[in-house]
Amino acid sequence: MSEVPEELKIKQKFPNWYDWIEPIKQEDIKPGFASYIALPKQVNSEFFKMPFGDVERDVFSEDWKLPENWKEILLDAFKETLEKNRAFKVFMDICVRCGACADKCHYYIGTGDPKNMPVMRAETIRTVYRYYFTKAGRIFGKWAGARPLDENVIKEWYYYLFQCSLCRRCSLFCPYGIDTAEVAWWGRRMLSRIGLNQRFMCISIEASSRTGNHLGLYAGGMAGSIEQGLSELKDITGFELHTYINKPGADVLFVAPSADYFATPHWYVMLGYLLLFNELEERYGITVTWSTYASEGGNFGTFHSYEAAQLLNSKIYKEAERLGVKFIIGGECGHMWRDKHQFINTMNNLPKNPEWKKFWDDPDLGQLSDKLKGINLGEFISGEHGWIHVLELVAALIRHKKIDIDPSRNDHWVATYHDPCNVARGMGMLEEPRYVLRNVMNKFYDMPEHCIREKTYCCGAGGGILAEELMELRMRGVMPRMMALRYVVKKFGVNIMLTPCAIDKAQFPVAVEYWKIPVEIGGPMEMVGNALVLTSFGEKPEDRKYDLRGTPIRGEE
Amino acid sequence: MPEIEVKGKKLRLDEDGFLQDWEEWDEEVAEALAKDTRFGQPIELTEEHWKIIKFLREYFIKYGVAPPIRMLVKWCKQNVRPDCDLKYIYKLFPQGPAKDACRIAGLPKPTGCV
Repeated sequence: MSEVPEELKIKQKFPNWYDWIEPIKQEDIKPGFASYIALPKQVNSEFFKMPFGDVERDVFSEDWKLPENWKEILLDAFKETLEKNRAFKVFMDICVRCGACADKCHYYIGTGDPKNMPVMRAETIRTVYRYYFTKAGRIFGKWAGARPLDENVIKEWYYYLFQCSLCRRCSLFCPYGIDTAEVAWWGRRMLSRIGLNQRFMCISIEASSRTGNHLGLYAGGMAGSIEQGLSELKDITGFELHTYINKPGADVLFVAPSADYFATPHWYVMLGYLLLFNELEERYGITVTWSTYASEGGNFGTFHSYEAAQLLNSKIYKEAERLGVKFIIGGECGHMWRDKHQFINTMNNLPKNPEWKKFWDDPDLGQLSDKLKGINLGEFISGEHGWIHVLELVAALIRHKKIDIDPSRNDHWVATYHDPCNVARGMGMLEEPRYVLRNVMNKFYDMPEHCIREKTYCCGAGGGILAEELMELRMRGVMPRMMALRYVVKKFGVNIMLTPCAIDKAQFPVAVEYWKIPVEIGGPMEMVGNALVLTSFGEKPEDRKYDLRGTPIRGEE
Repeated sequence: MPEIEVKGKKLRLDEDGFLQDWEEWDEEVAEALAKDTRFGQPIELTEEHWKIIKFLREYFIKYGVAPPIRMLVKWCKQNVRPDCDLKYIYKLFPQGPAKDACRIAGLPKPTGCV
């Protein structure tokens, strides 16, 4: 590690309370930190319509073209939010500004901008709350920490609410349990009422409501991509493998983030899924189908507003009902699991399909195959409401010795594991991925204790921040994670960081290049795919010569 | 937002120089986009560039999105030159296939978790 990244200066500022209440001005909005505002084709399309979405707005121009009565609309939305959401109302009132959250935010650590402290981020909204909804704020104004709305306040909201990845590391350390991500989330929804939508997530939301996935990929492209994966697997394993797409009557619907069949290094994870499903079918007769309608697990609506989340979230249950599956396996996706764990049962109706309902009530794999009796998916955090995370399924299969594993096939990798915030903190899947990795490989090391499991650092690009124009913010936000990674690289010689999240897999390759850390990025299912012995196809542990990346195992050429 | 003038017609771009409406694209627009200096180095379009641009567009019209990079590299190996790799594509399009090639081909920037 002789190479060092270019110097990145963190300018710390310590304003007094009289200064911070002043909103930012247009000239404070800097490229690299400000998200573009959505274009009419994204938020005024027939698939995704937002109020006042028909105007083209430029975040770097003085005039943001807000609708005439924007104050009224915003305050109405504010009032509605306060009335409907007790949590939001409580979070407005109870913060004592102790500052426990301040240095827990990776964006504050990376930028030094005081308004990037979680407490200050929420305070940009609380100040407005005090002015319009509390007596003290109304009477004493600034002296009670209250300020009236004006255009600069709105600009400040937009600028700072979209510098948050909603990872909720701050709420973990808050003595009151204030969830700043939720405050930011409702703030974003209020902004969307007056026509301010962030572009990156709106492109994805629009594409997803139009085609079923965030990329905007049509059915043929998805099928072709999976087919290419199968042909690559033939070169690697020597077996004719197959899979199903849109197969009615299949046992399981598989939902993955669309990046898995499109981008690298996500691609190797998809090869891992395909190997696992083929083995399951051959050995236990469980058929797994993909869907071109529910071709995306992730849900960028979750970062935008409740309504957008609901719009995208409903398609998975609709498709499960249509195909008549018994349960759903979810792939390596981050926000899909937060979405599923926290919203899916309140945003959708209960299933009508009796087979599915039966499995929903008693998620025992014995219902599918006698040989799998005793594996109850209800034991797992993701195993409710008819779902299971693919890694928890693998953990169960390994624990009950239902698949054959040869960990020595991964001996050329020394791995560490990054907990995605939505999976670890959002859902609570902490041990299973580690259990799987310890079983499928011999060299696995965790990063330091304070930055893994529920205390994990964000990758710096979640929550809709994965946009190209936010590159500087992203590279600053990922800094704490990169420092932890550098530690294990130096100490244990780690050469791959595994993470079950598509956003992470897109962000980290850029980040490790910027921070000059010589590691590869991948997903745990890639390692499972490497180690999985296709016994039912007659494969022997020593048969596999190449791993899923095409590099020789055991150094053979 | 920036604009570009081709044949007396003003076309709308976004902040990074991508055409707002991909249907407005034709070969002259591609030439103009390649010569534009506001969004990176100007590129002299050769036959190899054109082959890639046309492939990108065909794929986009068929499947709704620019092809994955690994597929592009594979295709280039078969159709542009046998020793073509990602490095060579970067030589043709200095800011990379996602930025330069898609921009000149008039496609929207690829998004989602990629």
